[in-house]
Amino acid sequence: MIVVQNLTKKFGDLVAVDDISFEVAAGEIFAFLGPNGAGKTTTIKMLTTLTPATRGKVTIDGLDPARQQHEVRKRFGIVFQDPSLDQNLTAWENMEIHGVLYGVPRRLRRERIQTLLTAFELWNRRDDLVLKFSGGMRRRLEIARGLLHTPRILFLDEPTLGLDPQSRNQLWTHVKELNRVEQVTVFLTTHYMDEADRVASRIAVIDHGKIVASGSSAQLKQRTGKESLEEAFLALTGTAIRDESAGAADRMRQMARMWRR
Amino acid sequence: MPVIYILWLRELKRYVRSKAQIIASLGQPVLYLLVLGYGLSPVFRRSGAGSYLQFVAPGVISMTVLFSSMFSGIALLWDRQFGFLKETLIAPVPRVQIMIGRTCGAATTALLQGLLVAIVCVVAGFRPVNLAAVPAAIAFLALIATLFTALGTTIGSSLKDMQGFQMVMNFLVLPIFFLSGALFPLDNLPKVLALFTAIDPLSYGVDGLRAMLIAQTHFGTTLDLAVLAGLTAVVICAGAWRFSKIEV
Repeated sequence: MIVVQNLTKKFGDLVAVDDISFEVAAGEIFAFLGPNGAGKTTTIKMLTTLTPATRGKVTIDGLDPARQQHEVRKRFGIVFQDPSLDQNLTAWENMEIHGVLYGVPRRLRRERIQTLLTAFELWNRRDDLVLKFSGGMRRRLEIARGLLHTPRILFLDEPTLGLDPQSRNQLWTHVKELNRVEQVTVFLTTHYMDEADRVASRIAVIDHGKIVASGSSAQLKQRTGKESLEEAFLALTGTAIRDESAGAADRMRQMARMWRR
Repeated sequence: MPVIYILWLRELKRYVRSKAQIIASLGQPVLYLLVLGYGLSPVFRRSGAGSYLQFVAPGVISMTVLFSSMFSGIALLWDRQFGFLKETLIAPVPRVQIMIGRTCGAATTALLQGLLVAIVCVVAGFRPVNLAAVPAAIAFLALIATLFTALGTTIGSSLKDMQGFQMVMNFLVLPIFFLSGALFPLDNLPKVLALFTAIDPLSYGVDGLRAMLIAQTHFGTTLDLAVLAGLTAVVICAGAWRFSKIEV
């Protein structure tokens, strides 16, 4: 479903992603793990047509994201790290706009919205403004929305950031269920190792722009001789803290926290 | 077309639902209208220029449209990091459609806000001299709204973070307002000031609006319309270009 060969991304002299290769099979739940600044988000951006690769080749469902942008975009759904719902619209309206943007015909759109909102336990709240939703509900709505146009792949970039354990647990239960029912391939990133351990069938660990290990959770534990995935992850990536300098987006995130938006 | 329509509708729904904000943003124009309108009236009348309230009302209406259009344009900066814009930017839709839908919607809400202030003006005692020209006045207002929404979009698409926002407000929006002749007549100004007012696009908007509402004009309606329409076309193209370059 996803094939990445010798993918490299440079920003000036900085090599953000350094010659990585991996494959994700159809129907798989694939976790892409790494410390801050390891190259996760840059990789996702290259896979999802948002930024061109410096070198290397990406294939999404047989298509090239750099050249067949719109075709590729129809084939995946994405939940970004930062929220992207319109809080002053209802859950239904957010779904409806997505359906129009992706050209889902009206009747099918209505059916899909009902199916997905029901599956994510939001159907009863469909006419409420997103403003009144909890963090967990918003995340569920974003995932439901990402699935509306029946994509082959779902990208989840740290979807559980800031959620309580109950909401996280519920969210992954839904994602696993949808992965089974809709046969959608899931590509996720997270900092919670227990989540990756629980939901992912395969894991790749990226650090300093390179993939340092990949395989099932059991294989990673075995390779490092550790008991838990968290320990295995630390063994692979070291314990040094990555202090990035804050970019424009980080500064805005800080402001957002200040204003509690 | 369905994409443009639904994005336009989105802006409208958001506007109608933000009642508190609508009321709050009436505060500034009402202050200008009442304090300046009544406060400067005696001086203005003594100089033989008629009622200042009549004179300033089109200026205050234009100001409302200017602020509300520019703001919604620049707000896209926030929207693209934490809001809905990102969702639209990654959709399989040409960027230009998204820009047009958003701009039409934001311009419509700015126009509505301007009309609301116009009603307040009428309540305060403002009277258009020729009711038949009111539709033409609304058309002028729509043009002002479109021009400055597109300008805001151009700037908002080019800024990196919110720090640029304050700069734009202080060094662009406020000068555009104060130099436009919204508050004072453009006749017999000192040369330098006259030059600045002549290169301020809003001057032509306010002048056109005054021509329609109180039958006074400095540049002439034809020039007003030509400048506004020409500039609007240019800025929409610039906005569409900058918008297509936004990186998510």
